[in-house]
Amino acid sequence: MSDRTRRRRTHSSPLRRAALIGAALAVMGGLSAIASPTVSQASPLPTEVGTGQQIFTKNCASCHGLNGEGVNVNGTAVGPNIQNVGAAAVAFQMSSGRMPRAGQQQQSRRNTNTFTADEIQAVAEYVAAMGNGPAIPNESQYSTSGLTAEQIAKGGELFRTNCSACHNYAGKGGALSDGNYAPPLTGTGVTNQEIWEAVRTGPQNMPIFSPTQLSDEDVRTVIAYLSAVNSSPDSGGYSLGGVGPVTEGAAAWIIGIGGLVGFALWIASRGARAR
Amino acid sequence: MSSDLEVTRSHPVPDPGIPEHVERWTDVDPEASRRAERQVAACFGAVPLLALGFVAVYFFMPKTWAVQFAGLHAQAQNFWLGLLGGVAILLVGIGAVQWARLIMGDHEISEERHPASSTAADRDEVLGEVDEGIAQSDLPRRKLIGTTLKIALPSLALPALVTLLDMGPWPGPGTRAATIETTIWAEGVHLVTDVTYKRIKATEMAVGELVNAMPENIQDLNNDPAAKARATAKAAIIIVRMDPSTIKIPESRKDWQPTGPDGKPSGIVCYSKICTHVGCPISLWEHQTHHLLCPCHQSTFDLGNSGVVVFGPAARSLPQLPITTDSEGYLIARSGFTVPVGPSYFERDSNHDYKDGDN
Repeated sequence: MSDRTRRRRTHSSPLRRAALIGAALAVMGGLSAIASPTVSQASPLPTEVGTGQQIFTKNCASCHGLNGEGVNVNGTAVGPNIQNVGAAAVAFQMSSGRMPRAGQQQQSRRNTNTFTADEIQAVAEYVAAMGNGPAIPNESQYSTSGLTAEQIAKGGELFRTNCSACHNYAGKGGALSDGNYAPPLTGTGVTNQEIWEAVRTGPQNMPIFSPTQLSDEDVRTVIAYLSAVNSSPDSGGYSLGGVGPVTEGAAAWIIGIGGLVGFALWIASRGARAR
Repeated sequence: MSSDLEVTRSHPVPDPGIPEHVERWTDVDPEASRRAERQVAACFGAVPLLALGFVAVYFFMPKTWAVQFAGLHAQAQNFWLGLLGGVAILLVGIGAVQWARLIMGDHEISEERHPASSTAADRDEVLGEVDEGIAQSDLPRRKLIGTTLKIALPSLALPALVTLLDMGPWPGPGTRAATIETTIWAEGVHLVTDVTYKRIKATEMAVGELVNAMPENIQDLNNDPAAKARATAKAAIIIVRMDPSTIKIPESRKDWQPTGPDGKPSGIVCYSKICTHVGCPISLWEHQTHHLLCPCHQSTFDLGNSGVVVFGPAARSLPQLPITTDSEGYLIARSGFTVPVGPSYFERDSNHDYKDGDN
């Protein structure tokens, strides 16, 4: 365990921590001996899996189970099975601060990430070894460099066909059912890598878009379209959230009609009199 | 007549009349008056400068410039055009109002209102002229003219009525069956991704995946954009894959989805993308709840339960398209839609739509 990770666990005593790790290791060891998953036969586990397992046990296992099998309390899922979500899902959830989750709120929100890239990588490799899922993409899979204007326009078409229903035509996000919402994709620090990972892994209620229907090339053009939309200045002044008639109507009523009322009061007011 | 006027003139409090005129500061102080004049002149004088500024911005400001402050990131030319033009028009108004308030005469006057009705004598005279006109037209005696005129004028509605009715095919059962009640889906048509038109292999769809899709034969209409748009409006579909153990599959729809290698349902189901309320395209699918939400009026369909409505104004389940796989494993339609897709219309027979609990 590195110095950094040790400093963060200030709540539990070293004894309890050691016991927890011991228990986790025992369970893991026992299970791997019984079930002998294919991964353990294929090749020796990367050394980072050891660190990843420690972080996982302390930060993730209470909801997802020591083996990522998910936890149910009285028939209600506290955390889903994550054995097949892959490294990409772990990287997305942890780098965007959505996991570990602060509490059982309606929807896990974007938050400050307190883990280093190496720690996230270690957990991702540990979870990836549990089953089959998309790997963390390399930069060539989400980089927008070298795309022509025509390809970016095509990305816009793909975005409007597959993404804009929930994320809004300008990537500003929108409401879903039962208080859920699709988060904004622009202006909130969302990285290109996170967009690729979300497309492939379908975090929370978002559907998965597999390489069969959206190739990496397609995803790159979609990301490039979002960057173009986000960086180009607004032709109409304030975008007011980019959500259309609701905020625009409110602004027209409050500022527009309010201003007219103010002018009407000024026109009808009596100025200074001689006595 | 006179009693009406009495009523309107009886007020609960006596009319106080026009208040005493008090002179404004600008009426008595020459310095204040000159100051007001300068204010108005300054407003009007600034307008030509702003107008010239507008023209200069229009011709000389590069379109690539941007302004950025207080959360605003806008195209500079539009920003300055709006600011200069808007302030110029505003200054004309402000100057005019200031002129009227401080310099123009402000003596209040009241105009007496008179009864709106004519006198009895005037009305009798007009009615007398009308009667005389009727008598002179000789209509009471020459009934044939009156009768033919009464038929002639209404008959002019006939050309208007016929041309209006002939604006399109009469929407009888035959026309409906050939237009709004059918799509280009048919047995064996491949399901392809929208925009990129790629065939979809059942085995490559992940649980939780959503595909916005089209019939492959939509590309046959590429040379006829209008026909393609009409076909797209009805044939657009979404394909989703859910864990089959978490969804309800009625007996009658067991073979509406491909089977997996184990012979069990694969959980890959296909629905119309067109909301049954007023026809918005919907693809806001939550893969954990299986809810499909329409952004227009919040109708929500449960794709894990044959598309029944769980919330909102839609009255009918989302039509499901029966699909299977071809010999190579690509998704194909087993048939067209079994019920008309899209919004309701008066003659639509809703007896064949899936209702919650049907088998």
